[in-house]
Amino acid sequence: MRTPLSVRFLSALDTKGWLVLGVFLTLTLLVVPLLNLAVPEDSAFHVSAYFITLIGKIMCYALVAVAMDLIWGFGGILSLGHGLFFALGGYAFGMYLMRQIGRDGSYGADLPDFMIFLDWKELPWFWFGSDSFGWAMLLVVLVPALVAFVFGYFAFRSRIKGVYFSIITQALTYAAMLLFFRNETGFGGNNGFTDFKRILGYSITAPETRLVLFGLTALALAATLVFAAWLVKSKFGRVLTAIRDAESRVMFIGYNPLWYKLTIWVISAVLCGIAGALYVPQVGIINPGEMSTANSIEIAIWVAVGGRGTLIGPVIGAFVVNLAKSWFTVSFPEYWLFFLGLLFIIVTLFLPQGLVGLWKKFAARKGVAA
Amino acid sequence: MTRSTTLFLLAVLALTASLPAQAALDATQVRALAAEDSSDKVVAIRQLTQTADPDALRVLKAMSEDNLYLAGERAVIIDGERAFDAASGEAIKMPASPESVTVNNRIRGELAGALAALKLFDAERDVRFASAQKLQSKVSADMAPLLARALEKESDGEIRALLTLAHAQASLGNADPAVRLGAVRALAETTSPAIKAVLLPLTEKAGEPDDRVRYEAIAAVKSIDGRLALAENAGRIFSGLSLGSILLLAALGLAITYGVMGVINMAHGELLMIGAYSTYAVQTLFRNYFPEAIDWYLPAAIPVAFFVAAAVGVLMERTVIRWLYGRTLETLLATWGISLVLIQAARVLFGAQNVEVANPSWMSGGIELLPNLMLPWNRIVIVGFALFVLLLVWGLMNKTRLGMFVRAVTQNRAMAGCVGVPTARIDTLAFALGAGIAGLGGVALSQISNVGPDMGQGYIVDSFMVVVLGGVGQLAGTVWAALGLGIVSKLLEGWVGAVIAKIAVLVFIIVFIQKRPQGIFALKGRFVDN
Repeated sequence: MRTPLSVRFLSALDTKGWLVLGVFLTLTLLVVPLLNLAVPEDSAFHVSAYFITLIGKIMCYALVAVAMDLIWGFGGILSLGHGLFFALGGYAFGMYLMRQIGRDGSYGADLPDFMIFLDWKELPWFWFGSDSFGWAMLLVVLVPALVAFVFGYFAFRSRIKGVYFSIITQALTYAAMLLFFRNETGFGGNNGFTDFKRILGYSITAPETRLVLFGLTALALAATLVFAAWLVKSKFGRVLTAIRDAESRVMFIGYNPLWYKLTIWVISAVLCGIAGALYVPQVGIINPGEMSTANSIEIAIWVAVGGRGTLIGPVIGAFVVNLAKSWFTVSFPEYWLFFLGLLFIIVTLFLPQGLVGLWKKFAARKGVAA
Repeated sequence: MTRSTTLFLLAVLALTASLPAQAALDATQVRALAAEDSSDKVVAIRQLTQTADPDALRVLKAMSEDNLYLAGERAVIIDGERAFDAASGEAIKMPASPESVTVNNRIRGELAGALAALKLFDAERDVRFASAQKLQSKVSADMAPLLARALEKESDGEIRALLTLAHAQASLGNADPAVRLGAVRALAETTSPAIKAVLLPLTEKAGEPDDRVRYEAIAAVKSIDGRLALAENAGRIFSGLSLGSILLLAALGLAITYGVMGVINMAHGELLMIGAYSTYAVQTLFRNYFPEAIDWYLPAAIPVAFFVAAAVGVLMERTVIRWLYGRTLETLLATWGISLVLIQAARVLFGAQNVEVANPSWMSGGIELLPNLMLPWNRIVIVGFALFVLLLVWGLMNKTRLGMFVRAVTQNRAMAGCVGVPTARIDTLAFALGAGIAGLGGVALSQISNVGPDMGQGYIVDSFMVVVLGGVGQLAGTVWAALGLGIVSKLLEGWVGAVIAKIAVLVFIIVFIQKRPQGIFALKGRFVDN
């Protein structure tokens, strides 16, 4: 006797969960746009464009963190290469944005500026179709999925795991970064893509466009959370957790971990790609620096700070760490690395369950006392 | 008939004429030095040079010092208050109104060459050697007879080799095709880009009318090219060897800690950085307090770097890593955090800029094996140093009780504990050892690359690749993997460029572990997968 999909989907979150999600969506889709557009700039309630970009950016990061949590928190696989999938999604969408510049570039040519600079006469083959929004959307999903599938298939088939897997993903990302740094690779080399002008014909800097992107990011984050909650509660999610806790036993029972790991790995990569595609138009630049080792490891710390194995944890972690980063880099730039480094140490030593775990412990103690 | 050939004929004449006149120079020849016309002077200088007479050196030297005068029809040398007859060298009465001989820039250049050539006949071996070396780069056709004479007299093998080469180069301008042919054949034996450039014009019809000589020249250029390429590849293999040594120094420590504890120390690169900064600190100390012994700061830095890095390692192990046993992924993150703190600490202490660590004087320069193959001393020293550290670690691991314990814990921690190995202490000691070796790697690194807060970041992936490739728990695997990776990446670099080479190596390793997840040298034994 199977419960209908819609019912199972609704039961992914409990009442409190749906309530929180509703509040979140109301805030991001209604309150923030109103406060930004309708409230005059000198009012205390006005939400600035800077704030919208910052929160939009952090929501992209939160999306990546949820993706990371699916693979690390529920699959027990620590990837140090999620920056790669994020960047691939960003680059795939960036190609479309570059083509949207049209002849408004500084050389006034049909080709993107950096190609003129390299004296290229026509677009390389992999830029085919990059002027179509639909194709760009497809690439955003397909490219990370394909890379993740090929890499994951070989890695999981040879049962590479633990720190081995982590370092190999790091090496892969590092190799990709070197590749993208080359001008000849065809993605703008060092500078990457920037100076975007419009998206679907609308000016990319207009407040309305920014709000739409902001809202889309919020929707994507909410949808991902619901999807992830449903996924981890499904049979698939339970087998995955079992693999995390005792892979050999799961194999003895008769499951092949390869396909479970591979599926969650590809899903995680695709989510990262989508986050990257949402990130690029809001921040206005994508370059190979996104694939640096440090970036990918930072993703892990967002998840660790929030609490892995929970879905709200990564979102909280991404917000806390990135807000702290914005504050530190403005107020005490020289202490940021100390803070981040100590955060890594303290969270792993004292907060294995992250902030969510701390809250639960706190709540439980209160409950006992009461 | 080119000008140089005429000069050559003149020179031959001069040579035969001057042969019997060993005691004194020909007075008319010396008189010609004071000729009115510069071109006549040049001819005279060349003629005089051909005599290869020590007296000629004396006269030409005087001329280059503006001490040559003309008194009537006799050339005289006036040195302060004393006067000599230029041809015979005998002291004479100061002439009444000596007329100085003008030496313009053209003459001066000619004189410099002539003086260098005449030094080939000096009594001192070193002077002859230096002169022969100097002549390699600027030899002209009319010097051939002079070089032939020098060759006749020379007994030293090394100088003879240089002279033969110079003579062959000079003979390329000879009018006789047979002489040119012989010269080309002699030059074909050499390995120098400069000589290749000399031969190249002869491979074309315009530069060489005689077919046989031209074909010989083409063959000669080909054989020189072959040897040049060989030298280039030898150079690449050597730089691969030196890169491999660096990788080995970086990976040895990592292999020990990873083998014993199964944790990846992401701060391992920063331990290299600490070693390098320790070297810098010792250098500064020597500069300020023992400037006379500055060349010996490096040996002093070795123990300092080892112990400083080892101390930081012990601190890391005791305060962080110890508490995360069995949680390898968390250890990875925590050590990354430590690396961030260490980098920032280095920035605060020493500044964000790179600091300058100089090679001691005995490490600068190098051995020139071939004209285009130079082995710098600092890299040779580093290869030797890596070998030394390797022997040390090998001895420690295989010949001491500590090494035995470390190997026991690597193979089976639980069983080692059961038979009384103090595993916790072994962990600390192994970590200290690994960190100390990284510190030693930092000393080596400080000699060939920039010393800055971020210097260690690039090494963690590379050295882990070495560990992955080599397999855990065996030194041999680490050594082969480090040297193999170093040499392969340098050879690839010469072939496809640095970036593609790096990517190719990474892809190769990823594919490699598909086939052999345990590395080249897998530990044999039974493992429990937990």
